Amino acid sequence: MDAAKNKYSIIVPTYNERLNIALIVYLIFKHLPDEDFEIIVVDDGSPDGTQEIVKQLQKLYGEDRILLRPRAKKLGLGTAYIHGLKHASGNFVVIMDADLSHHPKYLPSFIQKQLETGASIVTGTRYVTGGGVHGWNLMRKLTSRGANVLAQTLLWPGVSDLTGSFRLYKKSVLEDVISSCVSKGYVFQMEMIVRASRKGCHIEEVPITFVDRVFGSSKLGGSEIVEYLKGLVYLMITT
Amino acid sequence: MKHVLKLFSLLVVISALWIGLLQASIIPQSHTWLLPIYFIVSLGCYGLLMVGVGLMRFPTCPQEALLLQQDIAEAKDFLKQKGVDVGSD
Repeated sequence: MDAAKNKYSIIVPTYNERLNIALIVYLIFKHLPDEDFEIIVVDDGSPDGTQEIVKQLQKLYGEDRILLRPRAKKLGLGTAYIHGLKHASGNFVVIMDADLSHHPKYLPSFIQKQLETGASIVTGTRYVTGGGVHGWNLMRKLTSRGANVLAQTLLWPGVSDLTGSFRLYKKSVLEDVISSCVSKGYVFQMEMIVRASRKGCHIEEVPITFVDRVFGSSKLGGSEIVEYLKGLVYLMITT
Repeated sequence: MKHVLKLFSLLVVISALWIGLLQASIIPQSHTWLLPIYFIVSLGCYGLLMVGVGLMRFPTCPQEALLLQQDIAEAKDFLKQKGVDVGSD
């Protein structure tokens, strides 16, 4: 593929990310100086004024580079991607979180990996050398590792980080895979990559570092574990 | 083929091998009857080992938090200059 003609649509779902969205837009522009890209912000009616900030960013960077495509209320991640996809004009789509746990400095390595290998999907992995996590205590690491070993044993997914949501897709591949996924939350991320793997998509991985919730801390409770196990069983049966 | 069916077929093959061993009596029957238990226990131990090793070798990146703070400061400076509201929430 001629590198000069690629366009990357970066879909960033937001909810109450008034400060983070500005920071992440700045960092994306900083780390992709030579690429043709657009940032599609799918905001779910944030009450904190996220959309106002996006409009200020549009004045600064241009409305053709930053697309604001909001929705009325919180409608879930899967549908946010589908909504963003409708407005994506690139031939590649990047999905990433708005809370700075995914750092835009890795975007060049995703793009590079795809160009080198011709992969349909490049997924970021936190669990290999060169990658990593900061901000997790021992318990959190234990559950993460246990969950991963279980998923590897039961699903044979072909990727090392199943729940990660920092990924680059060929647009056609994303459209195809997303249409068959029905799960919610992080199980949705797992379902996407497992379905893609089953379809025989060429998937590559790049190491990424993940700094957990700069302005807060995430919890992992009993109900999340149950959801995860249910998700694994669902994926075993339907993929 | 759905993944659960793949796993099931694997289980059927292993069971067939086990029944074959029982009937062929290459190993004393008393040992053969215990093979499934040995298998399950080994699988469990392997799983625990993978979790333990993975936990010990879990990649961390403490320097990234610092780098991120620097990036945030840089971003805030730039955006403030350009008139984007970056007051803390």
